Formats: sequence, C-alpha cells, structure tokens
Amino acid sequence: MNSAAFVVIAILTLAAALAAASLPKLIHAALNFAVAFIGVAAFFFLLGAEFVGLVQVFVYVGAVAVLIVFTILLTRRDVQDTGKLSWGGAIIAIAVFGGLLWAIRKTPALSIAAPQIEALTVKRIGGVLMTDYVWPLQCVGLLLTAALIGALILVMEDREEG
Amino acid sequence: MTPTLQLFLVVSATLFSIGLLAALSRRHAIFILIGIELMLAAANLNFIAFWRFGPQPQPPTGVMIAIFSIAIAAAEAVVGLAMVIAVYRHYRTTNVDQFDQLKG
Repeated sequence: MNSAAFVVIAILTLAAALAAASLPKLIHAALNFAVAFIGVAAFFFLLGAEFVGLVQVFVYVGAVAVLIVFTILLTRRDVQDTGKLSWGGAIIAIAVFGGLLWAIRKTPALSIAAPQIEALTVKRIGGVLMTDYVWPLQCVGLLLTAALIGALILVMEDREEG
Repeated sequence: MTPTLQLFLVVSATLFSIGLLAALSRRHAIFILIGIELMLAAANLNFIAFWRFGPQPQPPTGVMIAIFSIAIAAAEAVVGLAMVIAVYRHYRTTNVDQFDQLKG
C-alpha cells in the first residue's frame, strides 16, 4: 500500500468534506460532496475493494449528488444558508472526534500493517451474493422498491390535493 | 512506511466528525442530509479497512456489508430528498428551524 497515495487522498477527501460541511452556498457544498465521495472511493481502491469503489462512484457521484443538485434547483428560493456553524454542534463534533481519537490511540492492536490478500474478484463477490447473502439481497431489493414508491407518493401527494 | 489500520481509522473518525458537524450545526435540510451521507461513508470506510487488515484468508464480509450499506444509504437519500421537496411545497422554505409543525 502506497503511503504517498494515502496522504494525497486523505487530504483531498477531508478538505472536500470540510468544504461540503461549511460552505455557505448550497451548490458549492453539493459539488464538494461529490469530490469527497470520489476520495472515499479512491480509499476503497487503495484498500483492494475495487468493486465497492466503483459502486460508490456510480451510486454517490452518479446518482445521489445529481439528485441533491436537482433538489437544490427545485427548492431554489432559499439556497443561501447563513454559513454560520453553531457552537453547540461544533463542540459536540469536536468532543466525539476527541473520544474516537482517544479510543484509537489507546488500542495497540490497531497499529498493524496490511497482510497480503488475494485479489477480491467480482466473480467471487457475485458468488457470495448469490449463495450466503441471497436473503439480504432480496430484502435490499424490496427496500429499494419501497423507497421508490414512497418517494413518488411523498412528492405526488400535494399535486392531487391542489 | 505503509499506512496502518490506525491511520485509516483516524481518517474515518475525522470524516465522521465533519459529517456530525454538518448535520448538527447547519439549518438547511439538504446540508443535514449531506452530513448524514458523510457519516455513512465514514462507517463504510471502517468496514472496508477492518476487512482489509483482518486475518487472511477470510470471507469478504466487510465488503458485503459495505455494498448493502451503500444500497440502503441510496434509498435513505431518495426518501429524504423527496421529504425535503414535499415540505418545501408547504412551507416555501428548507430551513429546519421553521418546520415547527408536521400537520398537513
């Protein structure tokens, strides 16, 4: 695993995530959100989970980011936020970060290097999905159908009334 | 020096905290959704990192959980954004401070 690549990807991802969380203009935040997710996908590639990285790019950058931009355009009247981060939220976030960092530092078993692995092929993922994980797969299919119908009902309800 | 599991966990903890900051302190509904998505991405990064650094060989459990988690996050984003649009039609705003009643 390349440490230079790790540093570059980490800086890119965290800077984009911070920009997505703090920029006052919503459309800039949405674009930085897409960059942050490309960075997370690059981490997945670095960790040897290429298929998950590809899925991440397709689902988040291809679908969710575009959906967020659509919603911003549809609710255009107030795209400005005050841009101010509230103190309470910042204190809670810093406290959680400190707690997590403390727990990670205190656990010596975590400072291990990556073992050699055989490449995880898409064929193997497909095989496992169709054997061990076939029930979760069906449940996710049902859930996605329910989400599709639910989203349609939520958005169409008003038009029928008015 | 190659990156250890600790470094990945630190990056993912930072990503989670940034998402928490966005979800807690912004007043715009879409910003809150962006924060939730960032937190979910941090959790996925943890799953993949623990799978990669775990004893080998092993079944790809972490990868499977990450795939299912991405699918569920997509469903959550769709329903959340539909709710933002539905509420916007009523109140003509997306500021969560002004959604003070849910009665249609």
